[in-house]
Amino acid sequence: MIVQSGWVRTTFHTLLTCVALCVLVSCASRGDKTVHVAVAANFTEPAKEIAQLFEQKTGNRVLLSFGSTGQLFTQITQDAPFEVFLSADEETPRKIVAAGLGLSDSVFTYAIGRLVLFSTTLDLTDGLSVLRAGQFQKIAIANPTTAPYGVAAMQVLKSLDLETALRGRVVQGNNITQTFQFVDTGNAEVGFVAWSQVIGKDSKSIWNVPQELYSPIRQDAVLLKKDPEVEAARAFIGFVKSAEAIKIIEKYGYSAPQ
Amino acid sequence: MFDSGELWSSIRLTLLLASITTAVLILVGTPLAWWLARSRRRWKEAVATVVALPLVLPPTVLGFYLLLALGPNGPGGWVARIFGGRSLAFSFIGLVIGSVLYSLPFAVQPIRNAFEAIGERPFEVAATLRATRADAFWTVAIPLARPGLITGAVLGFAHTVGEFGVVLMIGGNIPGRTRVLSIAIYDYVESSQWTQAHMLAAGMLVFSFAVIMSVTLIEKHLKRRQA
Repeated sequence: MIVQSGWVRTTFHTLLTCVALCVLVSCASRGDKTVHVAVAANFTEPAKEIAQLFEQKTGNRVLLSFGSTGQLFTQITQDAPFEVFLSADEETPRKIVAAGLGLSDSVFTYAIGRLVLFSTTLDLTDGLSVLRAGQFQKIAIANPTTAPYGVAAMQVLKSLDLETALRGRVVQGNNITQTFQFVDTGNAEVGFVAWSQVIGKDSKSIWNVPQELYSPIRQDAVLLKKDPEVEAARAFIGFVKSAEAIKIIEKYGYSAPQ
Repeated sequence: MFDSGELWSSIRLTLLLASITTAVLILVGTPLAWWLARSRRRWKEAVATVVALPLVLPPTVLGFYLLLALGPNGPGGWVARIFGGRSLAFSFIGLVIGSVLYSLPFAVQPIRNAFEAIGERPFEVAATLRATRADAFWTVAIPLARPGLITGAVLGFAHTVGEFGVVLMIGGNIPGRTRVLSIAIYDYVESSQWTQAHMLAAGMLVFSFAVIMSVTLIEKHLKRRQA
């Protein structure tokens, strides 16, 4: 390139210096990576808090995408740009590994969810009697085809032998968030939601479903295979296992795996 | 989770919902379109804008407001109480209400355009023949606006069949009552039952193509006959 007049040369050099400086600065800054995490809808709040803490600690950025586990699974099979998947069940991460999309040694249980019955209108101090009496018109559950909390809710109804009695009254939310919304707006009098969604609410509006009525809702995480593999994603998975993260997880009403 | 019985029940339900919605759309939409086309009131364009809102609003906005409006603390709850219910959400009636609101612009706009295209002249002629305003409406306006009415009906029907977001938010996914086709497809995709998803999705594709194509052809045909 032939640079002739003086001012053009000066401008050119200034620009070049600017570009070089920008490159240098961005390289020098600590932890400039972005981790894309797909999160099952029920884990929205704790995931946000964990991500925030992780960002503060490492300087990496975390972008969270929320959805139902089934929806996120479909997106992942279609090469969605996620590096980590926090599922709401243990089956989906297993399926992801089987499909060759996830690293098998990365799968671990990050939280165990608890199912509760919730109502804004009925006194649920004795939730079992309320369920048996059936003095309500609609009971909301998450869609059992796609949401693990829906599967658990169906197990509870089955264990209590109420499946047939309540069949015509069950309405399904697309995911556990929508199910909560159905109850919270009063459109359904009762609903099976995650304890994490109602933690801190009036204890009369909540009935803790006994653990023996459904199989534990183990929520597994998996590191997705990406080329090139993102180191920050591994760091994030590691952070979810840390004592600090576990504290957040328990604060939101999940048990941490032993 | 699904068998072919459930598949057919969602198809039947969708067609029933679309038919009833279309009937309501024509009954409500025709007078509305007539008023919008003929009225000289200044604020009529404000009404027209409200009718057109579903064209640009995300279904989630309408779904959210409907969930509250149909619920026990909204007007839907008051109506439901008359029939011993507490909420119109999760009911077929609720879906009809949502679909009518959501598809209203698709029916009203072609009908209004058709009324406007008639112009003043035929009504002046009708008046000289001593036709009352009602006579003129039934014997002049409606026959002349037929292409618009048909287009409005077909688009309203098709748009209801294709509706998803509103139903997802107020329907509750009840087999035989609120699990319409688009929701069934969504469930199939989410639960990785792609064979069924493919079947239904391809069916919808063919249906939509047929609808749009036939609207165009019918309009062409009717206009040629009228000319």
